[in-house]
Amino acid sequence: MRSELPIVAAVSVGGGLGALARYLVGLAVPAPWGTFGINVLGCFLIGVLMVLATETFRAHRLVRPFLGVGVLGGFTTFSAYAVDADQLLSDSPWLAGAYLVGTLVAALVAVAAGVWLVRRLARRPW
Amino acid sequence: MTALFVVLGAMVGAPVRYLVSRAVRSPWGTFVVNVAGCFLLGLVAGAAGGVHALVGTGFCGALTTYSTFGYETLQFVERKDYRTAALNVGLSVVAGLAAAGLGLALG
Repeated sequence: MRSELPIVAAVSVGGGLGALARYLVGLAVPAPWGTFGINVLGCFLIGVLMVLATETFRAHRLVRPFLGVGVLGGFTTFSAYAVDADQLLSDSPWLAGAYLVGTLVAALVAVAAGVWLVRRLARRPW
Repeated sequence: MTALFVVLGAMVGAPVRYLVSRAVRSPWGTFVVNVAGCFLLGLVAGAAGGVHALVGTGFCGALTTYSTFGYETLQFVERKDYRTAALNVGLSVVAGLAAAGLGLALG
């Protein structure tokens, strides 16, 4: 646990920063579309980060906990996705379904796009 | 003040997610925190501003994650373990919605 402490601290600080960014985006773009954009952007960035940190560079051991688990984990959210979808359901089942499936598809495509993009750039001779 | 509550809640939620994902095999650690966070956010959805910012937007928002959910799903697809990928997506969405609905009903 002692050696875990810096990692837990990095996750905590990163999570606070990511959540703050999510809160600020939410003020500018109301739910559920702010949450949609946040989740899709966060998924793209984790794809980019994971390839950079595991395949391209030898990252410091706190980079993934801070940026991946912390910042991007705190930025994106599954709970608001589910609660917003449930609340949309009573107004418009079609909109709820579109939001639910749209987020899922866009987020998974975004992760794959982030991974693909960095792998492709890394292979290019500069 | 609201922003401070969000940050404080998240500074607890994110490390709890990390510790659970260390203890439970991928992708089920993320699944557990996501479903638990959906229930709790539903429960506090109607709470007063400060409680909602601290527990809802902060703690639940950072306890749950879409980025790790998406990345873990992609990892299973890349390993051609389509069954686990599909199971993760299907169960996360269904259980997350049900947990959020239960929380909303009880809150």
